[in-house]
Amino acid sequence: MQAEARGVRSGMGVAVAWALAPRLQLRERNPAAEHATLEGIAAWLCRFTPAVSLEPPHGVLAEVQGSLRRFGGLRALAVQIREGIAALGFSAHLSSAPSARGAWLLTFGETDTLLEDFSVLRRALGRLPIEAVCATDEARMLLNRIGTRTLGELLELPRAGVARRLGPELLEDLDCALGIAPEARRFFLPPERFAATLELPAEVEHVEGVLFAARRLLSQLEGLLSARQSGIRQFCVALEHRHRSPSRIEVGLASPGREAERLLELLRERLSGYALAAPVEAICIEADGFVPLAGLTQSLFGDARTDAETWHRLVERLQARLGENAVSGLGLNPDHRPERAWRPCPPDAGGPGGENLAFGPRPLWLVEPPQALIERNGIPQQDGPLVMLAGPERIESGWWDGAEVKRDYFIARSTDAALLWIYRTPGGGWYLHGLFA
Amino acid sequence: MPALPATLEDLFRRQRIWRGGRTAQHTAAALPTGFASLDRQLPGGGWPGGVLTEILTAAEGGGELQLVLPVLAALSAAGRRIVWLAPPHLPFAPALAAAGIDLRNVALVRTARRRETLWAAEQLLRARACHALLLWCREVRYAELRRLAVAADASHALAMLFRPQQAAQTASPAALRLALAPAENGLEARILKCRGPRSEASLRLHINRPVHALDCPSPAASRPRDAVAWPCPA
Repeated sequence: MQAEARGVRSGMGVAVAWALAPRLQLRERNPAAEHATLEGIAAWLCRFTPAVSLEPPHGVLAEVQGSLRRFGGLRALAVQIREGIAALGFSAHLSSAPSARGAWLLTFGETDTLLEDFSVLRRALGRLPIEAVCATDEARMLLNRIGTRTLGELLELPRAGVARRLGPELLEDLDCALGIAPEARRFFLPPERFAATLELPAEVEHVEGVLFAARRLLSQLEGLLSARQSGIRQFCVALEHRHRSPSRIEVGLASPGREAERLLELLRERLSGYALAAPVEAICIEADGFVPLAGLTQSLFGDARTDAETWHRLVERLQARLGENAVSGLGLNPDHRPERAWRPCPPDAGGPGGENLAFGPRPLWLVEPPQALIERNGIPQQDGPLVMLAGPERIESGWWDGAEVKRDYFIARSTDAALLWIYRTPGGGWYLHGLFA
Repeated sequence: MPALPATLEDLFRRQRIWRGGRTAQHTAAALPTGFASLDRQLPGGGWPGGVLTEILTAAEGGGELQLVLPVLAALSAAGRRIVWLAPPHLPFAPALAAAGIDLRNVALVRTARRRETLWAAEQLLRARACHALLLWCREVRYAELRRLAVAADASHALAMLFRPQQAAQTASPAALRLALAPAENGLEARILKCRGPRSEASLRLHINRPVHALDCPSPAASRPRDAVAWPCPA
C-alpha cells in the first residue's frame, strides 16, 4: 500500500522501484503458493454458493443467483463477501454481472461494479480498457496504434477484421461476456482435507499474535467445511520457526464442529500457558478426516443450544486446557479386583457397562495406588493403631493376566473415627485401599 | 413501560431481603437432602441450588460423602449431570452404583493445580453444564471463593465445596456452611452459616456405615482375626 502511494507500479524495474521506495521489501513470486491461496479463497466462497470456479492466476468466480435470497440480496451478499475476504487477510476487487466472463472483465474497471442485468452490461463493459481482454502485449499495441482504447471502441470494429488480426479467442471472450455465446466453466471442487499456511509479516513472539493469524486460517477452514457440509474432530497447528523444527499442536473436539470461533476458542485454551519455543514465522493449519455434519449450525432460534451440545463444548474446553484425560466418565467393569472394578470412559458414554461384582461393602473413595501402612505389634497404624471392625473379605483374582492379587480386606477405624478399607497381603504387608467417606 | 415496582412478596421470594426470626421461604430449587432432621434446619428445606455450599470435614473417611449421596442419587436418577471436580481420591464406581447413583450421569474432572481447579469450577458453573458440582480445594482465598459464589449464582446448580475443618476459622461468602464431624453411628452436623435463622444446636445424622461401629471390639481384641490361613507358599 505504501509502495503504491510512492508510485511503485507493476511492470516496473527493480531499480526504479527501489529509487521510489527505498525501504521496499521484494519477494519472489511463488506461483504454487498463489494457487493454494486462490483455492483457499474458493473453498471459503463455497459457503455462499456451491458453484465456484477458479480463474487463475488471481480470480475466483462464484455463481450467486440462487443464493441472493438467502443472503439478503446482491448488495448485502457483496458486503459479506468483502468483509469475509478482509477477515481472511486479503483485499479484492468485487464485481458482478449476469455472465461469468462479464463479471470477471468488470473487475478490471476503476471501481467495483455490481450489475444484475444484461441491459446495462454492454455499456459497463464498453467503458473498460482493452487491457481487460488483451492477453498479449502485441494485441494491445496493435489496438493502441489504431486508436482503440476501450472495449466499446473494440466492439465497434468489424468482427471479421478483428478475428483475423487478433485471433478468434478475443471475440469469443467478449461474446461470452455479453451472453451471446455460452461459456463452459469447470467448477471448483472443495478438497477433502485442509492445509493452509500463513506467513506472518513479522516474527511473532506472543501467543496472542499467533491466535490473531490463526483466526484467518480457521475462517478459511470453516468455509471449506461448510462447502463440504462437514465438520472435523481435530486439527493440527504447526508453528514454524526460523532455526528450529516446527512446534506442532493438536487440538481435539469433543463433537464434530466447524465454526471458526469455536475452533479458535479451543486453540486459545490449548495455547494458554504455552510458551513459544521461538519466535513464529509462519502458521500452518491442517485438518483432515472430515465427518458429515448436516444442518445449519447457526441456530434458527438464536442461541438455543441443547444441553448436550453445551456439555460437549465445555468438555472440549476443559480437555484443551487440562489435558485429554482430565475429563472422564465412570463405568463398571466386571472384575473382583477393586482397582479393575471400574474403568474410565468417555464423559458421555459413562455408565454401567459391566456387572457390579462387589459383594461386600465398598468404600466411596478408592486410594490409588494403595498406601503402605506401618505395622506395630501386629496392628496396622495410621496416626495411631487401627481398630479392626470387620473382615476379612478375601479377594484373590487375576492369575490369568499377570496382575494377580491375593488380599484379605478389613474395615478398620482410625483414631479420628474414620473408617478405612485396608488389606493384608500373604507377605504380611498392610495397605490402605479405600475410605468409607 | 418501566418494570413494575416489585411487591414485597416478590422480594421475599427472590431472597433479596433477609428476614430474621423465621426461616426464609425458598422457592429457588432446594433439593431435599434425604435427612429429615437436616431438611428442617436448612432454609428452604434442603440443599439450596444456585449458591455456594461449603462442607467442612474433620477427617477423610468420616462419612462426609454419605451426606450428599441421597441428593446425588435423586439427581442422577432424574438424568441430571453430576461432576466431581478434583476429588482427593478416586470416586469408586461400584460403591457409587451401589448407593443408587446412575453412573451415566457422572463425570470426573481431574486437575493438576489449584488454579486449574478453580478455573474449571467456574467454567462448569457458568456453562450451566451440570446440576451438581462437587469440588475439593484445600486452600481457597476469599476473592476466589467470591468468584465461585458468583459463578454458582449464575448456575442454579448445587455447588458443594469440600474443605478441611480448619477453614471454619476464616470468613467465606458461601451461602451455606456446614461443619461435619464423625459421631457415634453417624455424623454430627453443625450449620455454621446459612441464609435465615440458624440453630446453634448440632444435628445427629444417621448415615449408612459399612459396619456398626457400636459393637466395635475393644482395642485389645482388635487384632485381625486370621479366619483363613493363607496357603503356604511353595
